Amino acid sequence: MKKVLSMVLVLMLTCVLCASAEQTLVIGGTGPLTGDYATYGTSVRNGATLAAEEINEAGGVNGILFDVKMEDDQADPEKAINGYSILVDEGMQVSLGAVTSGACLSLIEEAQVDGMLVITPSASQKECVQYDNCFRVCFTDPMQGVYAADFISDNAIATKVAIIYDKSNDYSVGIHDNFVSRAGEVGIDVVTDQAFTSQSNIDFSVQLQAVKDSGAELVFLPIYAQEAAYILTQAKSAGIEATFFGCDGLDGILTKIGEGNTDACEGVMLLTPFAADAQDEKTVNFTTKYKEQFGETPDQFAADAYDAVYAIKAAMEQAGITDLDDPDLNEKLISAMTEITVEGVTGTMTWDAEGEPSKSATAVVIKDGAYVAYSAQ
Amino acid sequence: MKLKKATVNKLITYLMVIGMFTAIYILNEGGYLSRQLQKMLVPICINIILAISLNITVGFLGELTLGHAAFMSVGAYSGCLFSIAMKETLPMAARFPLAMLVGGLVAAVFGILVGIPVLRLRGDYLAIVTLAFGEIIRNVILNIDFFGGASGLKGTPRDSTFLIAAIVVLITMFVAMNLQSSRHGRAIMAIRDNRIAAESAGINLTYYKLLAFVLAAFFAGVAGVLYGHNLASITPDKFDYNRSIEILVVVVLGGLGSVRGAIIAAIIMYILPEYLRFMKDYRMLIYSIVLILMMLLNSSPAAIAIKTRIREALSGVFKKSKKTAINGKGGSEA
Amino acid sequence: MGTITKLLESLLSGLSLGSIYALIALGYTMVYGIAKMLNFAHGDIIMAGAFSIIVFTATCGLPPIVAILLGIVFCMLLGVTVEFLAYRPLRKASPLAVLITAIGVSYLLQNVAQLLFGTSDTEFPISVGNSALALGSVSVKYSVLLTVAVTGAIMIILTLFISKSRTGKAMRAVSEDKDAAELMGINVNRTISVTFAIGSALAAVAGLFYGMAYHYVGATTGAMPGIKAFVAAVFGGIGSIPGAMLGGILLGIIEKLAQTYISTELSDAIVFGVLILVLIVKPTGLLGKKISEKV
Repeated sequence: MKKVLSMVLVLMLTCVLCASAEQTLVIGGTGPLTGDYATYGTSVRNGATLAAEEINEAGGVNGILFDVKMEDDQADPEKAINGYSILVDEGMQVSLGAVTSGACLSLIEEAQVDGMLVITPSASQKECVQYDNCFRVCFTDPMQGVYAADFISDNAIATKVAIIYDKSNDYSVGIHDNFVSRAGEVGIDVVTDQAFTSQSNIDFSVQLQAVKDSGAELVFLPIYAQEAAYILTQAKSAGIEATFFGCDGLDGILTKIGEGNTDACEGVMLLTPFAADAQDEKTVNFTTKYKEQFGETPDQFAADAYDAVYAIKAAMEQAGITDLDDPDLNEKLISAMTEITVEGVTGTMTWDAEGEPSKSATAVVIKDGAYVAYSAQ
Repeated sequence: MKLKKATVNKLITYLMVIGMFTAIYILNEGGYLSRQLQKMLVPICINIILAISLNITVGFLGELTLGHAAFMSVGAYSGCLFSIAMKETLPMAARFPLAMLVGGLVAAVFGILVGIPVLRLRGDYLAIVTLAFGEIIRNVILNIDFFGGASGLKGTPRDSTFLIAAIVVLITMFVAMNLQSSRHGRAIMAIRDNRIAAESAGINLTYYKLLAFVLAAFFAGVAGVLYGHNLASITPDKFDYNRSIEILVVVVLGGLGSVRGAIIAAIIMYILPEYLRFMKDYRMLIYSIVLILMMLLNSSPAAIAIKTRIREALSGVFKKSKKTAINGKGGSEA
Repeated sequence: MGTITKLLESLLSGLSLGSIYALIALGYTMVYGIAKMLNFAHGDIIMAGAFSIIVFTATCGLPPIVAILLGIVFCMLLGVTVEFLAYRPLRKASPLAVLITAIGVSYLLQNVAQLLFGTSDTEFPISVGNSALALGSVSVKYSVLLTVAVTGAIMIILTLFISKSRTGKAMRAVSEDKDAAELMGINVNRTISVTFAIGSALAAVAGLFYGMAYHYVGATTGAMPGIKAFVAAVFGGIGSIPGAMLGGILLGIIEKLAQTYISTELSDAIVFGVLILVLIVKPTGLLGKKISEKV
């Protein structure tokens, strides 16, 4: 009896194995899912999962399905390596890198040894793509600083500019430094340069007073939306009239600032490749599905992650991958990356061998509590 | 030959650690460890060194300090800068030990700096001063561009290996356990147990308090160097007071003054959150609940009474009394 | 702008920040003074208080006054429960064990809040507006005056309560010597529960004023103000109620003066540096009692 039973079991198992001939590509990423920066990691997880679901519903790539796995790294380089290792143990073949720059720097050291394709959605520090196997979806910090200075000068928005930035955040410092050096070249006068740190990011009265006294026409905020919400509400009560101008970190400011304070971010401008309220078909589709599934408006991080997964899809198609056991999988995918064009929600992108995306940023301005495209007067 | 109980205890701890390290080393070389475990080995060793070194001030000397991560950061930054500067001139075998020495010594100098106000303060006031020192050091490192600011110090060679880390753990253990049973150690513990009595017995408070602080800072600095050489970059925010508190949790959980307890607790507290990953978003919630429960079970008089009763019942069965190393009472066991 | 105006502006923003620190420090010092434990979770009770007020107004649609009162009651219950479950079993254990447990409670509260309210900050629904009282070249917001007045009133009421009322006297007895207090017929457990209830009610009030001043509350909102208020309490002499008020306001003013005149990014280092200097000169804080030592 036992023998018969075991034979039946073996037969059944074989059948199951035959039936699941379709393969699953494990795409792994690490990011802060708990702790202070949890909001970024959660957004990336949501965006990437949504893209994978869409791709799987459409039948995958050449019959290969996508499975997105995210491990928590609490924005810590050591835990990012742990997370990456777990994912390798679980059969990861393409990495989404890490969400934050510091963690990503450590992670790519490991991934470089493995030769695995890494596409980070959001690690913006320059060195995060220093190896040949690493690519990113977001802009680099230096690039954004230069873009912002050029944009302000080209459109003659202001000449007297004040800056408030987060000295303890590499993203903010990166944009700030490059903005300041570019500002001098394009004739922007930085009238006051105010910093804060993550230990005192609640009360901005001194910084705002300095801005007020400097007579700046524009306040450049190369920071994230959370702190910007504090700054904008306090600037309103301090009676500051200047225009506020931010980069992609400021995306999601309307949600962050809350319904009761919408008027505090009236007139805020931001230079971003993604605006959740854009009316093109792709963004509308992404935003609606995202809201349905996760109950929030997607931010920059979610959009970058969504595009990262679609970039993997494009690379798979370009390389003509039909079998994940292909020993040259890594090389094929990496060389395909520089040949693809992805029309994503953060714009149309191509990648150079350096791993940097080429895409354009659009400026949006908040009018009557909604994002609208900026048009020069 | 009859050995003293303390010596037996020490031997047990050495055998435990050496046995464990050898087993892991063989498994690792043979490729039997998962990638996850391989990558956790060096961080676990670093945590053990940190816990043993903090135990010197909190467990042996009995002074609560909340700024241990600051010594680690000072060591990490100085050691990494040394390695970056010597990258081309010295081979790894000479460079890395020297880097550890540099990191440890610079941290020890800071240990003296922090130790001086400590001579006037005690208890919670001392705790807050060490916390303040930690925050000042971090804030200053952040604002010196030479150290890389918020994006951190990059380009350190990744020299940390399990073998090196394990050797440093053994050295730290050796120093801490010998200190404990030496004249110096007894003097330090006398200060903990009764400061005034110790002083009147002619113990030089200034000297012994500073000695404890300097030793603790030295090994924290060495741990920092190992940490820096394990990662591609170090940033100031990784050495905030939360890390100091994490180390303190390990020391208290392992039992104040117990080196063996600190080692076991360091391993458990590092592995626990990693193996709670299957809990997804509930991971840190479960971790905090486990932490509270462990403290209650380990330290509450009611739980200790129950444990004693069970132990007595068991020793009745085995006709042999055993002493459990981990309890929060702070004895002098190794 | 005149130098005098600049100085006044700086002092006023220091007062505004300092009054919030003072309010939090009062709760810290209260629990420390009586129960002799550092309640590291105090900052997180503030966060819990602010979130409960948000839930009662925004979700349940209650009028602000009712919501605030319910928020205070919620925090009192939370504080007493935490004390009962986590701290009471450790009453006779080493103070360090209690400290670590309090840290565990702090992690727990933060993680529960993150699971319940998400990872991004939530808007605080109650506000007192921006109207200000003009004083020559500078103006003071009424909200700041209100915070200072409430903190001052609480300080006076607490001082009177502890020195005059029966429960207050029991608290002082417990703080002096738990065993002796028990022998005198004082219910130590009940007294400590009451202390936690009052401390947590103060935390709820602090949460309210924090929310009104800064408009947003997140899961880790309580952490940094909690640490700074702890510093303020030590600065003023931990255990001393007027000391907490003085320490809080001074800390806020030093922080803002340092930001205005020296550096915004080094202000924390400066604040902590001043703290160390004060403690070296006066090891028990500004208004702290001298520790008497027994051999």
